[in-house]
Amino acid sequence: MPSLKIIRRGKIALALISLAAFAIASCSGNPGSEIRLQGAGATFPNPLYQKWLSEYGKLHPNIKIDYQSIGSGGGIKQIQARTIDFGASDSPMKDEDLKAAPGEILHVPTVLGAVVITYNLSGVSQPLHFSPDVVADIFMGKIKKWNDARIKADNAGANLSDTDITVVHRSDGSGTSAVFTDYLSKISAEWKEKVGAGTSPNWPVGIGGKGNEGVTGQVKQTPNTIGYVELAYAVQNNLPTAPIKNKAGNFIEPTIDAVTAAAAGSVATTPEDLRVSITDAGGATAYPISSYTYILAYKAQTDETKGKALVDFLWWGIHDGEAFAKDLRYAPLPADIVKRAEAKISSITAGGKPLRGGQ
Amino acid sequence: MKERSKKVKGKSEEGKFFPFPFFLLPSAFSRRLSPTGNKGDAIFHLAISATSVIVVLIVIAMIMALASHATVSIRQFGFSFLTSREWDPIKGHFGSLAFIYGTIVSSLIALFISVPLSLGIAIFLVEQAPPVISRPITFLVELLAAIPSVVYGLWGIFVLAPFLRLHVEPLLARWFGWLPLFQGPITGIGLLTGGIILAIMVTPIISAVGRDVLAAVPRTQREAALALGATKWESTRVVLVNGAPGIAGAVILGLGRALGETMAVTMVIGNRPQISASLFQPSYTLASVIANEFTEATADIYLSSLVELGLILFLVTFVVNAVARLLVWRVTRGTLGAAA
Repeated sequence: MPSLKIIRRGKIALALISLAAFAIASCSGNPGSEIRLQGAGATFPNPLYQKWLSEYGKLHPNIKIDYQSIGSGGGIKQIQARTIDFGASDSPMKDEDLKAAPGEILHVPTVLGAVVITYNLSGVSQPLHFSPDVVADIFMGKIKKWNDARIKADNAGANLSDTDITVVHRSDGSGTSAVFTDYLSKISAEWKEKVGAGTSPNWPVGIGGKGNEGVTGQVKQTPNTIGYVELAYAVQNNLPTAPIKNKAGNFIEPTIDAVTAAAAGSVATTPEDLRVSITDAGGATAYPISSYTYILAYKAQTDETKGKALVDFLWWGIHDGEAFAKDLRYAPLPADIVKRAEAKISSITAGGKPLRGGQ
Repeated sequence: MKERSKKVKGKSEEGKFFPFPFFLLPSAFSRRLSPTGNKGDAIFHLAISATSVIVVLIVIAMIMALASHATVSIRQFGFSFLTSREWDPIKGHFGSLAFIYGTIVSSLIALFISVPLSLGIAIFLVEQAPPVISRPITFLVELLAAIPSVVYGLWGIFVLAPFLRLHVEPLLARWFGWLPLFQGPITGIGLLTGGIILAIMVTPIISAVGRDVLAAVPRTQREAALALGATKWESTRVVLVNGAPGIAGAVILGLGRALGETMAVTMVIGNRPQISASLFQPSYTLASVIANEFTEATADIYLSSLVELGLILFLVTFVVNAVARLLVWRVTRGTLGAAA
């Protein structure tokens, strides 16, 4: 009987402790001058943004920024609903999405990424080269064999076997798929008409792998496959990557510099609001399947303190923050685009007052 | 007051028909309540009724939420959502037939493999194995149930799929290639692999519950059979007949898990919304497509269609369960009649 009492007393004590912990946790919401910003969106730049948050947090301990990688679609939805302070998306928002938002939303490009073609074909020693129309027809299911004459034409001397090509694509809705299909829609009229560009296209052939790791796993495990993954992922995992023929007619290996070159090559055609697709870019050394990733923010901020913190963070990101890009296998912005992104950040206001100034 | 307590007492007596897991209650709590009589019983009765009511309310709330978010899609596509097999988010054409097919067929493959396996395990553990063997095996089988499904999925990609591609599917194609089930290119990824992963995942559930069911069959049944000169196999059959409703319950529990399983299946099934007779071909399940596409679904009609898939998964699970229970009811009625 006493033992029972002790147990009961212990339980009560436990309950009190957890209650107290809960009370403390819920009280620590807003002590003094701490500013909290909430962001959400694209998964692709998440490793970089987390690095930014931790580095920026060291410099400004009173500013707490949280970023949740819920996907580009979620980021757009949340910023439209004003439930977050900034959103993030791999592809620029569509006109109708911008119109549906309660205020003007700005696109601030942060870094660049690329999609690479990877494959698993035994007996091939040097990297396989692909022309744009060959890539499109493989993913369209029209080129069915590895020893097809059109693949051979770009790879003289490669030992291509008489085996069926198995296409592997992303099964989850993904910015990577959006960039890749955007590219295919640009270089193939048939692709544009029959499939189109988007995060979850209706693939004509192939099997779907979940995430970069799913595609990589299936390409590695299954002979005679071809698939596409993010550049950062391919570099970290030492996957074979194919040089792709760009608009200028050169076969370009997917590298960080070639991606920045694609952005630089598109500066002339980049519109004022920076919403641009840079796939199939001009420029002799541009890698053709590249894209920006953006942070989305309202031009007119409702809260001056939070707006100021956001503006300062973005400014830091496109300057000091770019230094962390290469280590994490993202391509930094070209100088011209940094200038234009600065102008975007400087145009953010709160109550009609510009938030960037004095520096 | 008196009348009220009487009423409650009557009710609680009715409640006796429903098995309630008394072991879940802290013993001190129930001991304090029960001997005092009416008042405690009343509180107890209210408390446990509330728990059941909450479950019912949660189910209703989920169906209502799903239905309300799916209205855009239901209005636009109507019944054709169930009969169309096209799923094209870019063009805005949505149909669920391929996903329904993939969900049901992969679960059936899982049961086809898992039920004999699980029954074998359960019978061996209860009827044949000495404790020295049955204890570690029970532990290992239950350990299977505790493995997270994403781990099953990774194992599926890196171990199971290559194994099936190299050693199992070529044999199936050679021996049974005349069946449309085993034709077409062999990649190791597809409906068959998805079904096998599911079979491995539901086996611990079916075998653990099946073992408990068999162990609950009174010892006297076995003794009576043996006393009549029955062989071990014949006495096992008596036990099986007695345990049939419980075993069927175990299978339904496993089926429920198979229908709703997401991560492991999506990693090996190929994620292609198509209906093909061949089990080697990629397929897609309702749960997988929701998990895959929900995060990037921006258009209203797209999101609404995904929610409608959730509603359909709910209905499929409900219908399959109802059909299974009906079958169990008919079968057990038959066996009990024959036994009598």
